[in-house]
Amino acid sequence: MRAFASRHPGWTIVILLAVAVLIWLIFAIWPKGLVDVIGRKKVFLNALFNGITLGGLYFLVASGFTLIFGLMRNVNLAHGSLYLLGGYIGYFVASSTGYWVLAFPVAFVLVAAVGVLMQIFIFRRMEGQDLRQTLVTIGISIVMADLMLWGVGGDFYNITPPSWLSGPMETLLVTGVKRSSGDLIYLKYPVVRVVIFLASVVIGIAMWLILNRTQIGMMIRAGVDDRDMLSATGARIQLVFVGVFAFGAGLAGIAGVVGGTFQSVAPGEDIRFLLASLVVVIVGGMGSITGAALGALLIGLAEQFGSVYFPTYAVVLTFLIMVLVLAFRPQGLMGRS
Amino acid sequence: MALAETNSTSRTHNAQDRVWFERIPASYWVVGIVLLIMPAFASDFALYQVFGWTFILGMISLSLMFLGGYGGMVSLVQMSIAGLAGYMVAIFGDSAITDISMGWPWYVAIPLALIVAMLFGTIVGSLAVRTEGIYTIMITLAVAAAFFYFTRQNYVVFNGFSGFNGVLPPDLFGVDWRQSKPFYYLTLFWAAVAYFSVLYISRAPFGLALQGVRDNPRRMAALGYSVNAHRIAAYAFAALIAGTGGILLTWQSAQISPGTAGIGPAIDILVIAVIGGMSRPIGPFIGAFIYVLLKTFAIDVLLSVGLSGERFQLLIGLGFLAIVFFSPDGLLGLWDRWQDYRKRDPLLDRGEDMR
Repeated sequence: MRAFASRHPGWTIVILLAVAVLIWLIFAIWPKGLVDVIGRKKVFLNALFNGITLGGLYFLVASGFTLIFGLMRNVNLAHGSLYLLGGYIGYFVASSTGYWVLAFPVAFVLVAAVGVLMQIFIFRRMEGQDLRQTLVTIGISIVMADLMLWGVGGDFYNITPPSWLSGPMETLLVTGVKRSSGDLIYLKYPVVRVVIFLASVVIGIAMWLILNRTQIGMMIRAGVDDRDMLSATGARIQLVFVGVFAFGAGLAGIAGVVGGTFQSVAPGEDIRFLLASLVVVIVGGMGSITGAALGALLIGLAEQFGSVYFPTYAVVLTFLIMVLVLAFRPQGLMGRS
Repeated sequence: MALAETNSTSRTHNAQDRVWFERIPASYWVVGIVLLIMPAFASDFALYQVFGWTFILGMISLSLMFLGGYGGMVSLVQMSIAGLAGYMVAIFGDSAITDISMGWPWYVAIPLALIVAMLFGTIVGSLAVRTEGIYTIMITLAVAAAFFYFTRQNYVVFNGFSGFNGVLPPDLFGVDWRQSKPFYYLTLFWAAVAYFSVLYISRAPFGLALQGVRDNPRRMAALGYSVNAHRIAAYAFAALIAGTGGILLTWQSAQISPGTAGIGPAIDILVIAVIGGMSRPIGPFIGAFIYVLLKTFAIDVLLSVGLSGERFQLLIGLGFLAIVFFSPDGLLGLWDRWQDYRKRDPLLDRGEDMR
């Protein structure tokens, strides 16, 4: 942090200023002039919160994707299909048992098992053949998409959270003042999104701790940097590979349940989330968990603010971020060149 | 990857002495004549829907093959470039959406559409060449997705979800080009132009330099070639082919909409190129032919094995997986291996030095 500040004093001032403005925008009661220019504060806060929680969801998908890529150089373009599979599994578990919470472990385990099968039967045979892996995973995603369409049809499914999580909650943030009485109006926000976002933060921090503070994390990081050397030291690298692949796939499964709760599960979502995770890891930097978090937040916010303030060009905003990052830092914000 | 060149040169080392038509292999004559007299015996449906579509998809796929096979860059944005050219023809020329279409004559609209497509291809290319391998695929895929969502949301220029319909080829020489026979010859002509120009460029200095860049960029840079300039120029040329294909595609269905250039079609183009084989320009056309046949007749095949016709995508996916698993260079790869196997002389063991 301090090193960054001393190297780029200009950028640091810009970032600090932006943060200060953002904090003021969040906590202050907006003066009338500002409301006239950019609309009501409630809309702004909702876009901000939706963006952050969407970022949490993107992080869940993209972190698994980037973890698998970072360690094994496996480009799993079927990652979106794993997400969709997780969503369907979550829907059927939640609706048949009635326990929403149960959907998460079941989706994690089943999708992780699919990931293990893919790792053993496909990726292990094509180690180091990037293009072939890409093509094979594209083929798998085509086949999986059609099998799922065959199995469950083209309907939209919504995973309903339990009653104690549904409905809005009062937050401490003021959106405005009632004109009649002068009371403050507080922002209401869906509980389930907040809870899920916190859960994804916990998962993210846990992943960071595991990667940076444990023996297995050390092995994974060593594998990212120099796979051959790690296997030469006698580490059971194939086991690590299977484990990481299972974990990454499982995360995509969990994200599917989350996505089904936030939005819906339907054909086509697989491609949407594959693309989202592609953009996130391109922006954040390949193989970096912090990069995935940063990229997911950025893309989530861009998508939500874009769709609120200039709906026609929302997609272009996301794309513009990607182009700018590529133009100035082709390795991604947190990537190493 | 560049197998054909070495084959033909080693076989005909005294090729310069012979008359030009003697140098053309017999198979070219056969295929050419069959294609030319095809309308005499093929049905209108086969001409328009099977062959016309094959040539169009083959051209778009050919632009991917050119980038992938000779340049080593797998780009998934080719369908978007084709779509953009189609959109531009609809916007600058005539369509049923009269309040957007400008109605300019074809000799303005078509070149303009191709120029816009080339510009787009060049811009995407200059972005994509900053990265390599998998990253190129990801970035071009992301650009293709952005194009799809943008055209779907933009109503001012691209007319949003419904796109344009009633986009017809110009009435030239008093021929209705949407009749099956004229359309067949139209697509055949442009497919042939695209095929032979790719073939020509692959042996011209530029194409050779491009293949050098593919095989060893550092060495080419050390020799004084600008690696990125070659790659970007390849994108521009590929965009021209894809744009031509896109205009024909728009004429074929008389409409262009976001779905035409969605992510599914973009991946289909890759599937076609891979199934056919990316080592030679004929590969994409073979792949396109198989794809179109499957897409047209899959329902009958699937019904005969007791599945519903909607499982076409599954069939394509499984076929694609099988090809990628067993022959990474597509059907052409299988063919080459079979040829090598057949030609191998047990006494001379020429199987090796044919390469």
